[in-house]
Amino acid sequence: MAQTQAEIVPVLTRRQSRAPKEVLQDWLPKLVLAPSFAIVLLFVYGFILFTVVLSFTGSKLLPDFSTWVGFSNYVRLFNHPNWLTSLKNLAIFASLYVIVCSVLGLGLAILLDQKIRAEGLIRPIYLYPMALSFIVTGVAWKWFLDPGIGLEHIVKDLGWESFSFRWIKDGQMAIYTIVIAAVWQSSGFVMAMFLAGLRGVDNEVIKAAQIDGASTVTIYRRIIIPLMRPVFLSAFVVLAHLAIKSYDLVVAMTDGGPGTSTWTPALFMQKFTFGRNEMGMGASSAIIMMMMIFSIIVPYLYSELRGERRT
Amino acid sequence: MRKMILKAALAALLVSPAAVAVAADEVEVLHWWTSGGEAAALDVLKKKLESQGVTWKDMPVAGGGGEQAMTALRARVTAGNPPTAVQALGFDITDWANQGVLGDLNPVADKEGWDKVVPEALQKFSKHDGKWIAAPVNVHTTNWIWINKKALDAAGGKAPETWDELIAVLDKMKENGISPIGHGGQAWQDATIFDAVVLAEGTDFYKASMVDLDPAALNSDKMVGVFDKMAKLKEYVDADFSGRDWNLASAMVIEGKAGMQFMGDWAKGEFLKAGQKPGTDFVCVRFPGTQGAATFNADQFMMFKVGDDKLKAQEMMASDIMSPEFQSAFNVVKGSAPARTDVADTDFDDCGKKAIKDLAEANSNGKLFGSMAHGHANPAAVKNAMYDVITRHFNGEMDSKQAAQELADAVAAAKG
Repeated sequence: MAQTQAEIVPVLTRRQSRAPKEVLQDWLPKLVLAPSFAIVLLFVYGFILFTVVLSFTGSKLLPDFSTWVGFSNYVRLFNHPNWLTSLKNLAIFASLYVIVCSVLGLGLAILLDQKIRAEGLIRPIYLYPMALSFIVTGVAWKWFLDPGIGLEHIVKDLGWESFSFRWIKDGQMAIYTIVIAAVWQSSGFVMAMFLAGLRGVDNEVIKAAQIDGASTVTIYRRIIIPLMRPVFLSAFVVLAHLAIKSYDLVVAMTDGGPGTSTWTPALFMQKFTFGRNEMGMGASSAIIMMMMIFSIIVPYLYSELRGERRT
Repeated sequence: MRKMILKAALAALLVSPAAVAVAADEVEVLHWWTSGGEAAALDVLKKKLESQGVTWKDMPVAGGGGEQAMTALRARVTAGNPPTAVQALGFDITDWANQGVLGDLNPVADKEGWDKVVPEALQKFSKHDGKWIAAPVNVHTTNWIWINKKALDAAGGKAPETWDELIAVLDKMKENGISPIGHGGQAWQDATIFDAVVLAEGTDFYKASMVDLDPAALNSDKMVGVFDKMAKLKEYVDADFSGRDWNLASAMVIEGKAGMQFMGDWAKGEFLKAGQKPGTDFVCVRFPGTQGAATFNADQFMMFKVGDDKLKAQEMMASDIMSPEFQSAFNVVKGSAPARTDVADTDFDDCGKKAIKDLAEANSNGKLFGSMAHGHANPAAVKNAMYDVITRHFNGEMDSKQAAQELADAVAAAKG
């Protein structure tokens, strides 16, 4: 603290015209933010750089900067069948997850917005899954979908003997069970986002449309949903980066199985870096994942910031 | 301000000899033996060291297989502060030794003659460049079949000794309305069966394909035959096997829902815990065609380079681990065989006695090999590349011919 005062004093003497309190007010936010800024700089951007460098080395068990292998980690990565499976799964998972969550979330929000009774009770019920960790969701759905103890077993016990739902045990279908669990977890959250958006719509506009004789469906289709554009964008960004990072849900539900059919890039990164002592390849997969996330976040931030400047 | 720092430094200097004196009799042990039976077994060692005046600083990191423990260890070593001793398996020890961070136990080992009593295949991991770097605690052999006695009696009563007999028993069990094989569809469990099937093709073939990674052996007609046998065994697994943990598969055999399980001898612990007796409630035999040979995995405590102040306690711990009394007491509780061949088998049950006898026999005939499925035949990268192919084939994603081809390709890629 003594040092900071010493820094401020010369400033004060130089600018006689301003009151000391005002100058302090100018400086205080910067001073308070400086430590966290430095920490973020080191631990986020510093380590991103560290990982980039790592991905060009032949590191196995521990980081090893003496072996420089160029792009060979990336070449091996894109020749590895497990990485290709991971990418394919990510494409299926991310697209279904984002689309179904958005549609379900919007639908629920519109229904909830009809000034129904007990909304205060129903809303938290839909939101509650978001309060669970993905591990809990994963374990619960793993048991629920297990043909031996879960849904199939119960339905068969109830008398429908030919009922069969064994996607989680089927390499072709298992990735879709993860979509189901993830949608169950997140659609309530998306609903809350849309609900907030719907509540923000100006009533005057709707009333004007009603006077013009527009039906409720038309009002939603032509006026309200187009007004939700920024919410769609936010929901997309939140869901898409969750999808790319999806790890805990997969680990809890299938741990990549049956076989290697539900591997995702995050799972690949963890297994290669820590399980297979291929730190170089793990780092290169992490970099690819980061590039995917950046390609979503950066345009979003750009459009947001540009929007701010305009207003 | 500067004065204060000086004072603090002085104070630290004055205090430090005392601190060293305390540390001299302390071992810090990183391990993942946290479940009931394992913790009880480890307690034997802890008590023994405490009676010698060595404090035991426990650092458990839960998670079977030790993946999390190894992650924690990475952080400690990178920070330049490794624990005294760390539980480790097979090639993980070699990997750490290659980093040059492990200590030298030769003074103790030479004095106590470890070279003569520890199986040679095991020494490959406990020693590095002629130096003892780890103290082996146990040996698990993995080519076992655990059979429910009642189910076996109903299927003819004779434990299978050849592949054809095995298939006959499995068919009979299927007719009797139980799922013949209790199995969990996790990559390492699939690989455990694969290990045994490869070993049954002969020890030379096992060594060429799994240890020496000879491409000609990996992509051979014999290997196609191995994959065909795996596909055959798959027919006897119940439909819900995927993702099941091994102990649940053991439970199926214990309850009589399944006939038999192919698993290492840690499975015995599950049977004993359920109050079953070897010979009367369950039968332990070697996988058909592997009697006389064995694949193993062994838990060891690798010893890190520590300061001179901690060396005495570290050597004491290593010596205690290798003492025959501890090896017997620990392994009776853990269900494995001692890591030295001269320990009396009096306290062990029938399966334990068989394990010790088989191990000694395989060792003296040069037919003891590290298990591929458990990271003792080849490094982690190769092992996992094999896992990928084995588990995909077992789940019906490709035929046997393609699997042998992919196995050779995947191993070549992982070696590079």
